Amino acid sequence: MVEQAISARYGEGEMRCPTHLCVGQEAPPVGVSAHLLATDIVFSGHRSHGHYLAKGGDLKAMLAEMYGRATGCAKGKGGSQHLVDLACGFMGSAPILASTIPVAVGAAWAGIMAGEPRLVVSYLGDGATEEGAFHEALNFAAVKRLPVVFVCENNLYSVHSAMDVRQPDRPIHALAAGHGMPGLHGDGNDVEAVHALMGEAADRARGGGGPTLIELHTYRIREHCGPGEDGALGYRDQAEIDVWSLRDPLAICRAKLSGAGFGPEDEESMRSAIALEIEEAFRFARASPYPEAEALTTDLYGIARA
Amino acid sequence: MTVRQLKYFQALHEAQAQLLASDPRVYLMGLGVPGPTGIFGTTTGLQERFGADRVLDMPSSENGMTGVALGTALMGRRPILVHMRMDFAVLSMEPLVNQAAKWAYMYGGAMSAPLTVRIIIGRGWGQGPQHSQSLQSWFAHIPGLKVVMPTTPHDAKGMLIAAVEDEAPVIILEHRWLYGISGPVPEAMYREPLDRAVVRRAGRHVTLVATSYMALESLRAADMLAEIGIEAEVIDLRSLTPIDAETLGASVAKTGHLVVSDTSHCPFGVCAEAVACLPDAAFGALKARPRRIGLPQVPTPTTPALADLYYPTAHDIALAAAQSLGAEERLPPRPALPPGQWRDTPDPSFTGPY
Repeated sequence: MVEQAISARYGEGEMRCPTHLCVGQEAPPVGVSAHLLATDIVFSGHRSHGHYLAKGGDLKAMLAEMYGRATGCAKGKGGSQHLVDLACGFMGSAPILASTIPVAVGAAWAGIMAGEPRLVVSYLGDGATEEGAFHEALNFAAVKRLPVVFVCENNLYSVHSAMDVRQPDRPIHALAAGHGMPGLHGDGNDVEAVHALMGEAADRARGGGGPTLIELHTYRIREHCGPGEDGALGYRDQAEIDVWSLRDPLAICRAKLSGAGFGPEDEESMRSAIALEIEEAFRFARASPYPEAEALTTDLYGIARA
Repeated sequence: MTVRQLKYFQALHEAQAQLLASDPRVYLMGLGVPGPTGIFGTTTGLQERFGADRVLDMPSSENGMTGVALGTALMGRRPILVHMRMDFAVLSMEPLVNQAAKWAYMYGGAMSAPLTVRIIIGRGWGQGPQHSQSLQSWFAHIPGLKVVMPTTPHDAKGMLIAAVEDEAPVIILEHRWLYGISGPVPEAMYREPLDRAVVRRAGRHVTLVATSYMALESLRAADMLAEIGIEAEVIDLRSLTPIDAETLGASVAKTGHLVVSDTSHCPFGVCAEAVACLPDAAFGALKARPRRIGLPQVPTPTTPALADLYYPTAHDIALAAAQSLGAEERLPPRPALPPGQWRDTPDPSFTGPY
């Protein structure tokens, strides 16, 4: 619902930053975050709204960030591609492929160094597994048996480039074996399946068993970057988009919940409450001031010491 | 006879099509090259025309694939590697800096490394810290790399062709805000030198030297200065390796005033280098200290409120020139932005993608 609201308002030209919506990829952050404590930490890439919100990130601060306001989670300096909320353990997101993966490994290592191990989740996409940094990070995480879960959302495309021109015909989760760690995979559009896989990986990490790579098969319904659809571009078949749309994670979840006594009225009341929260967050963002000119040169060298 | 007009992106497209057609050693590779948006229109349709062996996509592996391209170059191919944004090209620095730049030299001239890398500098609509960097000084600092920044459609075509035909690795930096500008472009293949600046506008009071998009801003600044009776000479630097000291020197010897503008940060950058390159005679002719116009020493902020303060404009250049001449009180102040509007698009017709 957040992404739909962003999409609806993006054309107004007030959210002036590259924006990668996660419509169709809602299940991984929800199923993963259900296992995370407030002290656990998360790193992500460019398509990070879901990861941020599911970890408990502040919606108002996220939207204010996209509106470029001083109240944004990065004071307007980062935009949609650089979300952060330390209060909930969301350490950052960045659009350079695979760049946050080694950083996540370092964060996990620091927890071990401090004698206070915490679980670290590193979200990545299929494209990032083609970068050297991904392999180097997995190698070191395995060497040190670090409590990291690498969550790969495989949505089949790196921007507009299909899998067959980028990777051989072998599963991404099979790469884990080469780095000496378990590789799991499952339906990334089924939040229960995600939850089960993450449960296994989180238990292993917390128990000192080291890292896990999880490949989640999912699909980006909207365009790579921006508010709209992109079926007309022709790099993927409309039939493929339609098939995946039928496998909408929310619809799958709804079907399961209806069997458990969660009816349309329950969903409606949930949606109403969320819609109010979203409206309030947009009001907050739009009413917030832009950063003052002095902000241009602040924050460059870290937190100022008193 | 009217000269044919092409946009910058069309000139790049035509250069690559002609290179692919005329030289079987040439191939073109990059993430999204055969894709539906074709690197902002510069590669659209080329795979259909020349085949998937010569115009191809690649894995998201900038580091490794730069090495791969270098390997093919050593073996006689002429690769053109494309990065949609310079920030992604940062991942390819090792093979460029340690390997390609030094290959000919460190093996005693036994081989050439004729690799061309097209890199786009992003700007606008909140491209922010990791989608808008302008790192030409990095490349130009490395012996063995040639670095060019074409400003006009004519130079985009001629310099890309010259780059691919050159024996050295050439980095060609294309500013996203130049893609929509039009200019005369001959249909036949031609080469522009990779080491010469060009005078875009003659003037006798002050020399405005600039790279890439800042050359356009300098031309606009020259218009502002003309309004107050100052005749500015505008030099489009085009090449950083080397900076064309002769062209700069001749102009400064005439005007005695110099403002250098670049698309990157000032410290350790192109502007300082251009000043340092001035021949003795030009240095002696200076009547005021040279002035630099560049980005402040902070990363690109995403919010338009700060990005507007971050990017210098024609008015900043004109003001620096007027100050050098002691005429700043004659220059009208920079027009204020109307509420709700931002200077984060090149012109109102530009709707992206960025």
